[in-house]
Amino acid sequence: MTRGSFLFLAAFLASGVEMVEALTIVLAVGVTREWRSTLIGAGVAAVALAILVAALGPAIAAVPIDVLRIIVGTLLLVFGLQWLRKAILRAAGYKPLHDEAAIYAQERAEARAAASEQRATLDWYSFTVSFKGVFLEGVEVVFIVITFGAAQDHGVAIAAAAAAAALVLVAAVGATVREPLSRVPENTLKFAVGLLLTTFGTFWSGEGAGVSWPGEDIALLAILALLMITSLAAVRVLRRERYLASLASPPKGAGA
Amino acid sequence: MRYLVAFLRFWYEFIVGDDWIIAAGVVGVIALTALIVDRGFTAWWVLPPAVVALLAASLRRATR
Repeated sequence: MTRGSFLFLAAFLASGVEMVEALTIVLAVGVTREWRSTLIGAGVAAVALAILVAALGPAIAAVPIDVLRIIVGTLLLVFGLQWLRKAILRAAGYKPLHDEAAIYAQERAEARAAASEQRATLDWYSFTVSFKGVFLEGVEVVFIVITFGAAQDHGVAIAAAAAAAALVLVAAVGATVREPLSRVPENTLKFAVGLLLTTFGTFWSGEGAGVSWPGEDIALLAILALLMITSLAAVRVLRRERYLASLASPPKGAGA
Repeated sequence: MRYLVAFLRFWYEFIVGDDWIIAAGVVGVIALTALIVDRGFTAWWVLPPAVVALLAASLRRATR
């Protein structure tokens, strides 16, 4: 139950965040250029992602479960720590926050400036930008679904259901509002996803290495709590350091 | 050749990301855990603090 719920939540949030980013690109190109080529580009990308899942799924199923857990755990841990690191740096002010409205405006400006080129009755710019945006963001979703799914029974079904739920939600909201979902607290979601990926990565890579976790699945909660406390403390410490550094080096011209 | 380099770069950036210390550290810590288990000792206590230490080290590198 614990693993299944965590898995669904992590896959839903991670997929949702990536889909919000893909939606921004699709909306910007569709609104600025034309919808037909943009939607065909997004659709072809979705088919390419499905082929990727179909190709990787059976290959992964052939790997023994302990070997798989150590590989999947290692990848999730590396991936989760990257997400967490970025989210902490953004929350502490060391990296700018991901601004969907600004990205949308920039994508629209680029789409307006791009030359018009017709290929196979498609506006090639709309098709390629939409395809690239959906495919690259989708690769992360596929990666998460497959890695989560591979390491536990019925995992692929749970993770795929979570990704599908996120897709329906983001697509429905996007089609309704027809503008980037800039009110989605992206960094908070990325923070949560980073915590969940790192938690699962620690747990599964440990199991793959032969560790017996005390309390079995309950250990997931303990690892999550440890990472959450550490991450929140890191944000506080880094914010304070940044504040103290700003006091020590006043803006240019001050005191002259 | 250009496509191969671009393909490898994509996967390097996708998996290893901004700080290679994290990827190298994770592999090292998991190998250490497997080694401790192989010698017949309890090893569940190794990974959680090592993951916290890796995160702290990477954050320190990013903010220095």
